[in-house]
Amino acid sequence: MDKNVDITMTVNGETVTRRVEARTNLVDFLRYELGLTGSHVGCEHGVCGACTVRVDGSIVRGCLMVAAQADGADVWTIEGVTETGEIKGLQDAFVERNALQCGFCTPGMLLTVAELMERKPDASREEIREFISGNFCRCTGYQAIVDAVEMARAKGDA
Amino acid sequence: MTDMITDRWILDRPNSYIGRSVPRPNAPRLAQGRGTFVDDVELKRMVHVAFVRSPYAHARMKSISTDAAKAAPGVVAVVTGKELAEIHDPWVGALTHLEGIKSAPQYALPIDTARWQGEAVVAVVADSRARAEDAVELVDIDWEVLPAVTDAETALDAATPVIHDELGDNLTWRRNANVGDVDAAYADADHVVEETFVFGRHTGVCLEARALVADFEPSEEQLTVWHNNQCPHMIQNILATHYHLDEHRVRVITRDVGGSFGIKVHTYADEIATVGLSIMLKRPVKFVADRMESFVTDIHARDHRVKGKIAVKNDGTIVAFEIDDLTGIGPYSMYPRTSGIEANQVVNMIGGPYRFDNYRAVATVVFQNKNMMCQYRAVGHPIMCAVTEGLVDAAAKAVGMDPVELRQKNFHPDDSYPTKSAQGLPFENLSHEESMKTLLEAMDYEALKADRDAKRKDGIYRGIGFASFIEVTNPSAAFYGVGGARISAQDGATMRLDAKGNVFVSTGATEQGQGMEAVISQVAATAVGVPPERLKIITGDTEHTPYGGGTWGSRAAGIGGEAVAQAGRALREQILVAAGAMLQEDAAKLDIRNGVVVDAATGNERIGLDEVGRICYYRPDTLPDGFQSELVATRHYVPRKYPFAFTNGAQASYLEVDVETGFIKLLRHWCVEDCGTVINPLLVDEQIRGGVVQGLGGAMWEECLYDADGQMLNANLADYLVPMAAELPDIDCGHAVSPTADSDLGAKGAG
Repeated sequence: MDKNVDITMTVNGETVTRRVEARTNLVDFLRYELGLTGSHVGCEHGVCGACTVRVDGSIVRGCLMVAAQADGADVWTIEGVTETGEIKGLQDAFVERNALQCGFCTPGMLLTVAELMERKPDASREEIREFISGNFCRCTGYQAIVDAVEMARAKGDA
Repeated sequence: MTDMITDRWILDRPNSYIGRSVPRPNAPRLAQGRGTFVDDVELKRMVHVAFVRSPYAHARMKSISTDAAKAAPGVVAVVTGKELAEIHDPWVGALTHLEGIKSAPQYALPIDTARWQGEAVVAVVADSRARAEDAVELVDIDWEVLPAVTDAETALDAATPVIHDELGDNLTWRRNANVGDVDAAYADADHVVEETFVFGRHTGVCLEARALVADFEPSEEQLTVWHNNQCPHMIQNILATHYHLDEHRVRVITRDVGGSFGIKVHTYADEIATVGLSIMLKRPVKFVADRMESFVTDIHARDHRVKGKIAVKNDGTIVAFEIDDLTGIGPYSMYPRTSGIEANQVVNMIGGPYRFDNYRAVATVVFQNKNMMCQYRAVGHPIMCAVTEGLVDAAAKAVGMDPVELRQKNFHPDDSYPTKSAQGLPFENLSHEESMKTLLEAMDYEALKADRDAKRKDGIYRGIGFASFIEVTNPSAAFYGVGGARISAQDGATMRLDAKGNVFVSTGATEQGQGMEAVISQVAATAVGVPPERLKIITGDTEHTPYGGGTWGSRAAGIGGEAVAQAGRALREQILVAAGAMLQEDAAKLDIRNGVVVDAATGNERIGLDEVGRICYYRPDTLPDGFQSELVATRHYVPRKYPFAFTNGAQASYLEVDVETGFIKLLRHWCVEDCGTVINPLLVDEQIRGGVVQGLGGAMWEECLYDADGQMLNANLADYLVPMAAELPDIDCGHAVSPTADSDLGAKGAG
């Protein structure tokens, strides 16, 4: 059985074609094949959310999806959404409010709250907490993250 | 204490950045996903290691067959403990100031016996981590399973097997303390209340797992290690010592680190093995622990059983505390800090906020066949605090007094400093009374009590809990150095003016997310007189930073920051001497403000630092004959008057218990703390919040569960429950400010 597969997808607006081992998960593909190391690996079993990336408009766990499943997909990572400026307001608020400490969860956290602001721009504090409850942050205790989302929204930047 | 520092020049500087919530210089990079964590480091010819890990808590390897693994695709080497032992010396986690502590030699990989489930026993190196893991499955070990010692309570029984024959028994260490006359105090007291407190095993769960890339370059015998350790100079010394390398040819680099919490200050056998593999293979080797490996190898902590007693008079006066603490620390004492410190801290700090004269304690530390335990954030503090405050609450109940009132009655009064704890530890200046007063106002205690009582009538069970605490920060050599550990208690800072008038700051302190770089930049900017954007902070590289202890024990701001303050002042004076030579002015009449040399008296601008740099470096010929400018300054600092800067504070929690299910809902949390000079209020508050939540995690959800055979049952992030956003309350922070007079800056540790 051929263990390699040919895949083509759009990553951060660029078309990439690679031959990968079928078992390669999406986040490893992004990190080690494409050098997009902003997506992090925290648990590799779908709990921590550090590997969160956007596939075809929705956030997914990069460790629970193999790269071959993203064949033909439109994939966005922290590097891409930083470059477009799409989440600049949230990033600025995270920095200003110190909503990141070690920063390891932050790329996944930012993509998650960006999706919440898209889906429910008027989310309450409780709803923000609920929505990010699949993203583990050991450093902040989360309050600063909730504050930063509210701060960015108040400025019209979220 | 007349010899203490009273000159707070650093706080009185013009354009001071001390006390301001300036943003962190390294935060935007992290928010953009442009950090460099260890796993982001890729080197040419780099290979990856995965480990065969013991499936048993205690078992002997009768034989190891590696042929099939060696033949697997992509495999570069398969290495056993015996092979690795040929190039390194084992280590023993014992320090002389913990009298009598003992442990057995530990090797990077065990020679023939695995002593906890998860211990790495054979290394497999391949061209990818996945292929290394494939080949791990092909290593065939003939195991002889041995009885596992798992219950600390019976570890010392005659019938229990001894884990290390050469040690004679399973006792790691025992400490006794006896102050005053506890038995007489009991006889004299109106109430003696006894309770037993059981603490589960917790672990740090840094989101970035332990990781390193070791790169041995044989032609120069140069070892370079990219590592996410908190203490690069400590690791440099350990690697040089145990692999017989010249210390100056071992370079340890720590770039961005994804959380540490004390997990990453230790010597982990699998990391030492990774370094050995690089030396053997003469090429870079990467090891990144996966989450399951992290749960069974990152140090665990807590796991104490404490029988506690408190004796009180009817008027609420505490007359005695007594504890019997038992803790199991795994099969070895961790190196180099030992696994005795947590119990030691508990003995040292029971009853910390309170005045009492009689104290008796015994702490017993035993070996067992579980993952190793060692120092994790707030070493010993959650145990001593929970036991102390649990007993204080029980005493309040026994005498029928409000728990706050009983605390207030027994605090070391704010005007009683300097003083000593019952155990004899010196307290420079604490603020229990002020902190509790501020806390009660912030939470509106009376209103909460009314709400609690009103809800109870509706069948809703709400409760209010208090904890006053002390915390060890700014540790001097008394913590580890005096016992023989080569862990720097002092820290250095080197500051250099460049030709454009910018300032490079190299510090021995390190950053794992605490905001250390911001704190260093605030102190440096203030001490020299430049805006923070003109600074470049350099950390985490043994080749490019002054010798220092790194960041742990809440030391980076108080010790690393003070070294920067002194270096900054020295550099300012050196710059002013050069500017004075240029301006033909007395340097004492000049100052630096906002990056410009000014007249100290009027503030009038005289010359920019860019111009000073240009002339000193490019046109020294224009300076007076014989004048040589010096634009680099280095200073070092260690606290000398006090072994530790104790901090203090008070917390309160308001929660609701569902009496049908037992579920607890946290409604609100308050914390007032006193870390002395607050350098960056935003960062201090966020350290507090993060620390509170980590503590709530241990109190509410987290526990490493083991079965009787020593198998960890929940070694994954789905079953080991960490605090997530939805179940947490908002946390209000407040402050009291009692600066230490052991430094100009006056900062104690926070978080």
